[in-house]
Amino acid sequence: MNWHEYVNATGKVPAWPYEINYGREHVIKTDVLIIGGGVAGIRAAISAKQHGATVAVADRGAAKYSGAGGAGVDHWHGAVLNPCSKITPRQYSDVAMYCDDGYCNGSMRYIVGKEGWDTLLELEKWGMQIRDVKDEFVGSIFRDDETKLMFAYDVDNKHCLRVWGNNIKRVAFAEAKRLGVDIYDRICIFSLLTEGGVQGARVCGALGVHDRTGEFYIFRCKAAVVATGGGSRIGGLAPELNAASAMGDLNLTGIGHTIGWKAGAQLVMMEQAGTYGGGFGYTPYSMGNSDNTYQGAPTVDYNGKPIAFATRYGKLLDDYRDVFRTSNPDTFVLGHGIGVSFLKPGSANDYEATHLDPKIGEKVRSGEFKMPLYNDFTDLSDLDRRAIYNLMLAHEGKCRVPIFETWNEAGFDPARDLLQCVITTPDTLYARPGWVGINAGPNNWFSPGSGGYLTDWRLQSTIPGLFVAGGRPIFGGGCHGESHTTGRYSGRQAAAFARANDFAEANPEQIKKEKDAAYTPVNNKGDIGWKELNYAIARVMADYCGHVKTEEVLNLGLKRLADMRESEGERTFVNNPHELARMVEDYSFFDLGQCYIEAAKARKASSNILRFTRIDYPEVDPEEWHKLIPLSLKDGEVVAGSLDCWFYKKGPYSEDLESNYVKYAELD
Amino acid sequence: MSGFSMPSFSGPCRVLKFDADKCVGCNLCVDACPLDVMIPNPEPGLEPIVVFAEECWFCGGCVQECPHGAITLIFPAKQRISTIFKRKDTGEEFRIGQKKPMPPNIVPPSGE
Ligand SMILES: Cc1cc2nc3c(=O)[nH]c(=O)nc-3n(C[C@H](O)[C@H](O)[C@H](O)COP(=O)(O)OP(=O)(O)OC[C@H]3O[C@@H](n4cnc5c(N)ncnc54)[C@H](O)[C@@H]3O)c2cc1C
Ligand code: SF4
Ligand code: SF4
Repeated sequence: MNWHEYVNATGKVPAWPYEINYGREHVIKTDVLIIGGGVAGIRAAISAKQHGATVAVADRGAAKYSGAGGAGVDHWHGAVLNPCSKITPRQYSDVAMYCDDGYCNGSMRYIVGKEGWDTLLELEKWGMQIRDVKDEFVGSIFRDDETKLMFAYDVDNKHCLRVWGNNIKRVAFAEAKRLGVDIYDRICIFSLLTEGGVQGARVCGALGVHDRTGEFYIFRCKAAVVATGGGSRIGGLAPELNAASAMGDLNLTGIGHTIGWKAGAQLVMMEQAGTYGGGFGYTPYSMGNSDNTYQGAPTVDYNGKPIAFATRYGKLLDDYRDVFRTSNPDTFVLGHGIGVSFLKPGSANDYEATHLDPKIGEKVRSGEFKMPLYNDFTDLSDLDRRAIYNLMLAHEGKCRVPIFETWNEAGFDPARDLLQCVITTPDTLYARPGWVGINAGPNNWFSPGSGGYLTDWRLQSTIPGLFVAGGRPIFGGGCHGESHTTGRYSGRQAAAFARANDFAEANPEQIKKEKDAAYTPVNNKGDIGWKELNYAIARVMADYCGHVKTEEVLNLGLKRLADMRESEGERTFVNNPHELARMVEDYSFFDLGQCYIEAAKARKASSNILRFTRIDYPEVDPEEWHKLIPLSLKDGEVVAGSLDCWFYKKGPYSEDLESNYVKYAELD
Repeated sequence: MSGFSMPSFSGPCRVLKFDADKCVGCNLCVDACPLDVMIPNPEPGLEPIVVFAEECWFCGGCVQECPHGAITLIFPAKQRISTIFKRKDTGEEFRIGQKKPMPPNIVPPSGE
C-alpha cells in the first residue's frame, strides 16, 4: 500500500521501523574491503576470497539486485577469446583506443579481452545461461551450432555475445554468499582512510553510514577495491530523471570517484561531458528503436513504409544479415554501449554498427517518410523476431519485469503489433537511434562522461592498495561484461596486495572530523532537505560547468560550491537514517563538483572526443592538448599533470601488451 | 468529512500494487529493494508500505523476489502514455494503462 493510503486508513504516520542509533560505531576488520556490491564489486569479492583473503563488501543498496547491472543484461562484450571469435585482445584494445582517439583505457580493454570469456564461463558454471541450450534458435544467423553461442552486432567476427542474463546478479550474489563473503547491505561509504590521513598514502579503510539505523561503520583493511559504478545525480534530480527513465538508480552518485579525489588519487578525463545523465526521457527500451537490444529491428514510417538500414558509408542494405556485418570488410563492429564514443574526427567510423538510412532527416522533411516511426517486427522470421524480443528484451537490464512482462499484460504481440518510436527531431533518429529517447536533456545540461581513476596494469589507482573495478570508476568507459571482468581482476590483485602488506593506521582525527561532518544534519535541525540541496548543486553544475565553460565561469562555479557548502550545507535536516544517507551523498557532490570543475579548468582547449567545449579556448583537439591530464589533491592543493594517452605501452611498460599483462596480471 | 494534512508527491505515488490476497507480509521484497523504497507494515502479516515512491527505479527486483507473485509494477503516467502499440492490420492503437485494457498476450522469455 502507499504511504498516503496507510495514513488515510489508520490516521497514523508509520513509525520508522528500525531502531535508530545515529553515530553508534561498528569497526570491521578485513583483508580486502570492496566498496560497492554491484556486478564488479561482487565479482571482486569472489575472486579476492578465492585467492585467500578475508573479504567484506559494503553496498549502498541490497547486493542481490543492486546497481545498474542488478536487473539483467543481454549483451556480453569483450569475450573475444570465445572459441568462435575472430578478434584478438590486442585488436579489441587497439580499436577501442582508435575509436576514442586515445581517450580510452587501453590496458583495461586488453585485460578484458584476455579474461572476459573466462569470466563469462564462470557465470555459466554458477547457473546463468550463455548458450542456446534448448535449441530455440537452430537455423538463426546469430547462432554457432557447435558451441550454441549466439552473437550480437557482428555475425562474422562473433566477439560480442547475446546472453540470457536476467538472473546474472543473483547467481553471482549466491556464489559470493556460498564462499562466505561478508556482505554489509545499506551502507553508504562516503570516505576513504589512508595511512596517517595523508592524501595519496596507502589505503587502510573507509567510513560509512547505515541507511536504516544511522549507525557509523569504520572498515579497516589492507587493500580495497572501489566498485561504485557511475552516477549522474550531481547533474540533476527529478523522479522522472532518476527513476523510471534512468540508466542508473539514485544510489549511484559517483561517490566512489569522490572518495578517491578526497584521498588524493589521480583522476583523469573528468572534464569529459557525458551524452546522457538519465535524461528527461523514456523508460529504457520502452520505445521503438533499432540500436543495442533492438539492433536490427525493422523500422517503418507512419504509413508503414520501410526505412532501410545503411552501412556507415550510406549504402542502403537489403539483406537483413548485412545489418549485423561491418561496413568495411577490413574491420569489425565493436558494438555499442561499451563507453566508446566513436567520435574520432573526420571518420565515418568503420568500427561502428550499421544505422538507419542517413538521409532519414532529409526524407522526413521532404515528406517521403511521415513521423512517428515504428518498429515493425511482424515481417521478421519467427527466429529473428524471437532473437530480439524473447531473448534480448526479456533478459536486458531493467526489462524483464518493467518491459517484457508489463507488455505481455498489456497485450502487445510482436508478431502483430508495431511499437512506436520516440518523437524527436528527424536528424537525431539517425545520430543516436537507440539512446535519444532515454537521454534527451535540456540545453544547459551537466552530465559526466567516462572520467575516473587513473589505473595501471594492475588496475591499481595511484593510491597504493586501492584497486578499481567496473566501467565507471575506471577511466575510459566500460560495460557489463567489462565490469565483471575488471572486478574479477581487481579482486585478485587486492588479495595479492593484502598478502604482502599488513594493516596500516588511519588518522583518528580524520575519522572524527569526517564523522562530525556526516552527522551535521542530525545535530543541526536545519531547514534544507536532501532533495532541495541536490537540486541546488545540480543548478550550479549546469550553470557553471555545463555548456558555458570559461575560466571565469568555472572559477565562479568553485566559489558557488564552496559558498553553498558553508551556508546551505550547514543548514540541513533529515527525518530518518534513509534521508541521512541521501544527504551524505549530497555532501559528496561538493567535492565531486570541485573535481569536475577543476578538470574542466585544467584543459585549456576544446575537444570533440571529450565532448568538451571551452568558449575561451575554442581550438578543437590541438596536438599539444591531445593527452590525459591526471588531477589530484596533494595537501589540499589541486595538482594537474600530463600523461600520454598511450602511456600503458610506453615508458616502464612494453609496447607488447601481452608481456605487460603476463607481468602484472597475478596469474595463478 | 475529515481528511489529513499531507504533503503531495512530486512524482508517481503508486509504483507498486500489492495483491492483498496473495501477500503474506514476509517482507522479502522490502529487504531485496536496492533503494529501500518500502517499509514493513506495522501490522504483521500485512503488505509493506511504499514510503519513498519517487526513489523506485522500476528494476522489478521486488517483483522477482516475491515468492507469491503478489506485486505488480505500475509505471508513472508519463511513461504509460509514451509507450504506444499499433496493431498492424487494423491500425488500432493501445497502451499500458488504457481505460479498457487489451487481453494479455503472454510471450515466454527465451530460456525459461
Ligand atoms: C537498463 C540497463 C541495461 C544495460 N544493459 C547492458 C548490456 O546489455 N550490456 C552491457 O555491457 N552493459 C549494459 N548495461 C550497463 C551495465 O549494467 C553497467 O556497465 C554495469 O552494471 C556496471 O557495473 P558496476 O558494478 O561497475 O556498477 P553497478 O552495477 O552500477 O554497481 C555499483 C554498486 O555500487 C554501490 N554503491 C554506490 N555508491 C555506494 C556507496 N556510497 N557505498 C557503497 N556502495 C555504493 C551500488 O549500490 C551498486 O551496487 C546496462 C545498464 C542498464 C541500466
Ligand atoms: S515478498 Fe510478496 S508476500 Fe512477501 S511481503 Fe512482499 S509482496 Fe508480500
Ligand atoms: S522496482 Fe526495484 S526499486 Fe522499485 S520498489 Fe521494486 S525493488 Fe525497489
